[in-house]
Amino acid sequence: MRKALVIAVPYLWLLALFLVPFLMVLKISLSDVALSIPPYTPQLDLTGGLAAIGEFFSQLDLENFVFLTSDDLYIKAYASSLTIAVISTFLTLLIGYPIAYAMARAAPEWRPTLLMLIILPFWTSFLIRVYAWMGILSNTGLLNQFLLWLGVISEPLEILNTNIAVYIGVVYTYLPFMILPIYATLERMDGSLLEAAEDLGCSRLSAFWLVTLPLSKTGIVAGCFLVFIPTLGEFVIPSLLGGSQTLMIGKVLFEEFLNNRDWPVASAVAVILLLILIIPIILFQRNEQRARELDQ
Amino acid sequence: MNRFSWFNVTSLTLGFAFLYLPMLILVIYSFNESKLVTVWAGFSTRWYGELFRNEEFLDAAWITLQVAFYSSTIATVLGTMAAYALVRGGRFRGRTLFSGMVYAPLVMPEVITGLSLLLLFIGLGMATGMLTVTLAHTTFSMAYVSVVVSSRLSTFDRSLEEAALDLGASPFEAFRLVTLPIIAPAVISGWLLAFTLSLDDLVIASFTTGPGATTLPIKVFSAVRLGVSPEINALSTILIAIVTVGVVTASLATKRQAIRQAREEKMGERGVA
Repeated sequence: MRKALVIAVPYLWLLALFLVPFLMVLKISLSDVALSIPPYTPQLDLTGGLAAIGEFFSQLDLENFVFLTSDDLYIKAYASSLTIAVISTFLTLLIGYPIAYAMARAAPEWRPTLLMLIILPFWTSFLIRVYAWMGILSNTGLLNQFLLWLGVISEPLEILNTNIAVYIGVVYTYLPFMILPIYATLERMDGSLLEAAEDLGCSRLSAFWLVTLPLSKTGIVAGCFLVFIPTLGEFVIPSLLGGSQTLMIGKVLFEEFLNNRDWPVASAVAVILLLILIIPIILFQRNEQRARELDQ
Repeated sequence: MNRFSWFNVTSLTLGFAFLYLPMLILVIYSFNESKLVTVWAGFSTRWYGELFRNEEFLDAAWITLQVAFYSSTIATVLGTMAAYALVRGGRFRGRTLFSGMVYAPLVMPEVITGLSLLLLFIGLGMATGMLTVTLAHTTFSMAYVSVVVSSRLSTFDRSLEEAALDLGASPFEAFRLVTLPIIAPAVISGWLLAFTLSLDDLVIASFTTGPGATTLPIKVFSAVRLGVSPEINALSTILIAIVTVGVVTASLATKRQAIRQAREEKMGERGVA
């Protein structure tokens, strides 16, 4: 009896506050905009019996999705979100891998401290970490002041409010997500494999390329998905660091819903974003599964 | 294996410089006298004074703390139950849907979680405010609690629970006296994680809050949208300081515990010999 209760309470909570809301998004994405409260039509009226329910379903259509494909803004926003997510994931890997590698090669008594230093920013407010870059990247910011002082540039670079600032923001905030899984695989690696490779005449570089890199593959894949998936729907970074030409779907959705109050279109935008995300999520879970099997 | 290499030292130095310099700059400039945040005009704690006189910020901070406390506490109870159901519950009807729902919020974009919950609250005719934000935060943070707790639950020795049951404990007693003390560190870190996530959340709160319940991140976001502000620097410094003290204390505590455990084990071995 108690076991049933332990299952039922969180189950009902999630049904009510996760599944039902999600079904409502799906339903509203098939509805039409209306000047009412809430601002969409049709609305389900369960008191009307089966006929009313039938009527309700007959009024749902894919109009909003057709609208999305006909409007340039949305297609561009999806495409540019994907591009930004891919490029910044790659940059995060490029910067994160050497750090994870160096951590795994550090003396064992140092590793817990290094690990703590990687995790610490994760506990610090995301908003504040993004905000920190606004003062650095602006036209009169510290980076420009520094470069001007060095004499590398003669006038300030325009970095804030461009896509470059968005890349910097993503790499900065998601770096721990890349480092931690890679570090985990590298730390477990059997060092004698490298010695064997070198004994057999491999140079250090080719030993890295032929032994270390393939063995850290599950960590790399996990890290990439952990950066890619949240970046795709990111809102804070493009809003604070990106400019007016930075189109990201999370930002479009936020504005469409809260500013334009076009709920049906916003819901359709959300449904498509989820459909795009399903593929990387499934691939990520498959990778995790494989990593677990390798562990055993 | 631990060859000293310039490459490794350089990447660690540059990596940590990249991670910490921006926050360090923020902290330094929070003590800047000037209103212009990019020009240094001497040391001053003026902006901290302004911050503590700013009623709006104080109100928002108080609301945020309450929401974080309630939502993380409920999320810890629900998340621990969910983890227990998934790891110990065996087979039950709807298990696949349940585990999907437990973990889905981890990968769900915040904009979608926020949007869907607002649609629900409006559909139910609920006025948005502190209650709705708390419900929303509970729902997304319980997933994180479940992950943390279930990884602890699945690694500990099940025969301990079985022994308690054999010796006549009721299932609830076995949970309270055996399971809970063992998973307590995970439950506590789950609570802390949920608390931090709630404190930090901007997107879901923007969707689900209403008049009179503006949370601190919403306040900060609308202030920094217009540009860098010294008051926000001061606020950030306070938050960074709290987190740093918390994380360093926690990691020192775990380290001390690990050392004590190792010593006890060694003494135990000696005792056997």
